[in-house]
Amino acid sequence: MTTNVDAIVVGGGIHGCSTALHLCLAGMKPVLIEKDYAGRHASGVNAGGVRQLARHVPEIPLSIRSMEIWEKISELVDDDCSFESYGQVLVAENEDELAACRARVAELNALGFVHEELIDATELRRLVPAAADTCPGGVVSRRDGAANPAQTTTAFRRKAEQLGATVCEGAAATNIRHSDGLWHVDVGDRSYAAPVLVNAAGAWAGSIAAALGEPVPVETVAPMLMITSRVPHFIDPVVILRGRKLSFKQFKNGTVLIGGGHLATPYQDRNETVLDWKSLATSARTVFELFPVMRDATIMRAWAGIEAKTMDDLPVFGPSARHKGLYHQFGFSLHGFQLGPGAGAVMAELIVNGGTQTRIGDLGIDRFHPSTL
Amino acid sequence: MFKRSEQDKRPPVEIFVDGTAITAQQGDTVSAALLASGRDVRRSTAVSGAPRLPYCMMGVCFDCLVTIDGVGNRQGCLVPVAEGMQIEIQKGKREIGR
Amino acid sequence: MTFAPKREDYDVVVIGAGPAGLAAAATSAEAGLSTLLLDENIGPGGQVYRAIASTPVIERNQLGADYWVGADLVQALRASNAEIIQRATVWSLDRNLEIAVSVGGASAFVKARRVIVATGALERPFPIPGWTLPGVMTAGAAQTMLKSSALVPDGRTVIAGQGPLLWLLAAQILRLGGRINRILDTTERGNYFAALPRAFAFLTSPYFAKGLAMMREVRAKVQVVPGVTELAASGDGQLASVSYVAGGKREAIPTDLLLLHQGVVPNVNLAMAAGVEHRWDDLQLCWSPVLDQNGNSSVAGIAIAGDGAGIGGAGAAVVRGRIAARAAAEALAPAAAAKLPPMAALRGDLVKAERGRIFLDTLFRPARQFRIPSGDTIVCRCEEIAAKDILDAVAIGATGPNQLKAYRRAGMGPCQGRLCGLTVTELMAQARGKTPQEIGYYRLRAPVKPITLAELAAVPKSEADVKAVVRG
Repeated sequence: MTTNVDAIVVGGGIHGCSTALHLCLAGMKPVLIEKDYAGRHASGVNAGGVRQLARHVPEIPLSIRSMEIWEKISELVDDDCSFESYGQVLVAENEDELAACRARVAELNALGFVHEELIDATELRRLVPAAADTCPGGVVSRRDGAANPAQTTTAFRRKAEQLGATVCEGAAATNIRHSDGLWHVDVGDRSYAAPVLVNAAGAWAGSIAAALGEPVPVETVAPMLMITSRVPHFIDPVVILRGRKLSFKQFKNGTVLIGGGHLATPYQDRNETVLDWKSLATSARTVFELFPVMRDATIMRAWAGIEAKTMDDLPVFGPSARHKGLYHQFGFSLHGFQLGPGAGAVMAELIVNGGTQTRIGDLGIDRFHPSTL
Repeated sequence: MFKRSEQDKRPPVEIFVDGTAITAQQGDTVSAALLASGRDVRRSTAVSGAPRLPYCMMGVCFDCLVTIDGVGNRQGCLVPVAEGMQIEIQKGKREIGR
Repeated sequence: MTFAPKREDYDVVVIGAGPAGLAAAATSAEAGLSTLLLDENIGPGGQVYRAIASTPVIERNQLGADYWVGADLVQALRASNAEIIQRATVWSLDRNLEIAVSVGGASAFVKARRVIVATGALERPFPIPGWTLPGVMTAGAAQTMLKSSALVPDGRTVIAGQGPLLWLLAAQILRLGGRINRILDTTERGNYFAALPRAFAFLTSPYFAKGLAMMREVRAKVQVVPGVTELAASGDGQLASVSYVAGGKREAIPTDLLLLHQGVVPNVNLAMAAGVEHRWDDLQLCWSPVLDQNGNSSVAGIAIAGDGAGIGGAGAAVVRGRIAARAAAEALAPAAAAKLPPMAALRGDLVKAERGRIFLDTLFRPARQFRIPSGDTIVCRCEEIAAKDILDAVAIGATGPNQLKAYRRAGMGPCQGRLCGLTVTELMAQARGKTPQEIGYYRLRAPVKPITLAELAAVPKSEADVKAVVRG
């Protein structure tokens, strides 16, 4: 039996859930299809960074748009998502790195972006007292912060459902096809048809795009994270490094999350990852050097979420270059969580209004395929 | 709560609990020695501060967490006592970087 | 003294030196395979033969003949060429058969051609009101103290629950001069009828006569209250009183020490973290790995032996250890395997050792109210999360233990769900009208035991790092 809906969203990550929610707010009735459960992969298990800091220029407008939503997240999803805004700090470990920071902030200022601010050693020490005292400064984005990713993705999913979205979890979208002006998708023994299809399937989105004739250079990656036992509060902002792979965040409950992009081996077909402890040891060494107070904290757990990374580290976001009614929203390349709320809002505008005020032009799939539409 | 059997002929070992000397027997785990000492050795949890004592004594419950020779969050039920060992009962979240 | 593993590669690595691990390592070494046995405890023996090489309990009859069987296993192992490391905590095992082990505060990585996981069992959670109070422990905890330190309960002591271990512990405490004020038996009356059709096999098993004699010995000295249907511990920061209902009558008794026990369940953490598939066992009410008849799991190269393969007791564990090791030898050194006892004989031994098990499982199947708590009763001891908190999360959309993480930190504390996982699965299954199999279990992650950041920072660098340094 085929059910007609207004839009089919494939993928129950933060992006699919946010798009479904914003489509509902625009008066549409979407169906959200998730092969496992919402937030099962990267969206539910990432570092939770809500970061405008250190982004690629083409995605900064989307990030700023998203930040406005994050700051009122409770109003949107009736859940605070454990969002905290103590800023994010990028630490320069030497003068060369600080010079690069200075150049970066100047570049952004010239483009009219003012969210990144150069800081000296004194301000760094004020923001991050525990940082090793050899660090000469860095960059801060003061409105940034962090949220609980599983809580957030689940909240978006729940709110979308409350507003009328149909949520199908536990069965994959298969047999995706276009006929009679509608997109058709099978889910188990049911079928859905809609004029709009959003491909927000994360690590599984690349194969959907390829099957629809729009292959994209995208790989499946699984960035690793580890978390410590509860320790007394010692740091507020999220810290990332300019020169080495590290992100660092202490939650309200005292646990400290250590990430930064070292990769596990993904086994996508089994929903599994195998951790690379030697790389995690590198993260541990970095923390050991940068935050001496952390040396005898205990590592409780490590994991990795499966997601898609593009060749140029930019998402594939916007309408298809080949098919009417098809939209892509994937390939966020390890930094898609913060973008989720804004990307859903913009995607709904693209679908409902046919355009958006938010500058996303450099993110389209047409950078890989000239438009044939 | 517990008493030692008279047949126990193992040599004594002196350890220190929050600075106070207590006598254990060689082969005791830290947790067993603490429970046998008759002292108040309740830790308090990092979450609510609730008092706890060891529960499983076999390494699975983590209610025996204790600081041993300066290293925190050790499972006291898995570590044998050693002469002169310094034990601290953990209260709340364990301080790091002292 | 503890030492790091001598080599980086072994034919067989056995994890756990209980009955299964001792037998597996000895068999593997006997076949000439390079064999490493890693065990977390101070000495070999696991839980059932705890402190077998060091117990201060000299009078052998106090611990019973079944205990001293362990000494032969240890002797056989020590006579073999197997490398044995005690106080070695395995904190990671993956499907590439890479093992991370912490010894004396430093971690090493070893690789195996075959891994035999013999991590045994742990006591089933017994989440009654007040079970986190100081003064409430597991029966196994008291038995561990008794075996390894000759410590016995001294204050006002109550033992509550059911199962063979409970009676064995009571007998041992009494023999060593310890005190037991009352035993509260929670065995459901209906279980006796349910178990009856299985009684014949049990009557012909070695457990029967021994069990009966032990119960007689205990009953002669301690008041035993049968048919206990409710149980709660209370006190202000320390256990003061145990209240219970038996035969519809409520009673409260002042208590210093409450020992709880309602059977044992497989300790699944390491195997699950390695990706081994487990299924819900409806009779034993726990997760058991999916295994072939040689103990091989769903992950190539990883076998599971002993109670971690499904509860079977010490006798069965020994045989399962030998079977898994023989299967490893058949794969790695067929000529040497031929000299080991034939598989057919081992399978015969296993049938014998498992006789009566279904009767015990049926008779001592714990009652629902002692497995599935309600209201303010703590479910997750580490994060201090109550049954009602979990039900609240279910009400707003949590569908399983992993989805629960969006709302609550159940299972995310240091014990990694060992003391709450079964409870959470059954609680959510009941609330959602699903089977435990449908609800599932926590996705477990390494490190399966916490390690310090400094210890991780000190592990040898990866080849990629070394190259980066060389390149300058």
